[in-house]
Amino acid sequence: MQLARVIGTVVSTRKEQRIEGIKFLLLEKIDAATMEGKKDYVVAMDSVGAGIGEVVFYASGSSSRMTAVTDGKPSDAAIIAIVDSIDLKGELVYQKDRA
Amino acid sequence: MIFAQVVGTVVATRREDGIRGAKYLLVEQCSHHGESRGRYHVALDVVDAGVGEMVMIAQGSSCRQTSLSDRKPVDALICGIVDLVDEQGRIVYRK
Repeated sequence: MQLARVIGTVVSTRKEQRIEGIKFLLLEKIDAATMEGKKDYVVAMDSVGAGIGEVVFYASGSSSRMTAVTDGKPSDAAIIAIVDSIDLKGELVYQKDRA
Repeated sequence: MIFAQVVGTVVATRREDGIRGAKYLLVEQCSHHGESRGRYHVALDVVDAGVGEMVMIAQGSSCRQTSLSDRKPVDALICGIVDLVDEQGRIVYRK
């Protein structure tokens, strides 16, 4: 799974029937060493109720269809968790709700 | 599978994987010699790996082939802890 930050939402009115009602979020992938954005973006279906600014990780490919929201849908990226904290080599590099 | 070094842990209480009893680790891809490559992944740990260990990572649909990850939204899984790598009769990595 890849770490990413939710930076926006994607609205699409004309879309495949089966994906109606699903929330699409715009993600920017993160480099875990610096927690900076990599200017590499992906659109993912949201299965956890993530919000703008949150750090999440998402599953890609067929694995992204293994959630209640994305089951049987044409998805290749799904947010599966909202990150609370990340510890890198013994150092707390990210903690939610703290800058 | 690819080689990676376990470099940290990722804590998430709000998750949609339905998996109990396994944690997510932050891993950094490495060569078979153990040299870091600067590419990070969040991987599900089913073998109880620890920080500093070199592990094998299965990716894609293949990581759903364990009882814990069956039909779960997982695309990177730590499937083994590496003890030793032998390249053409020469040990290039040892735990």
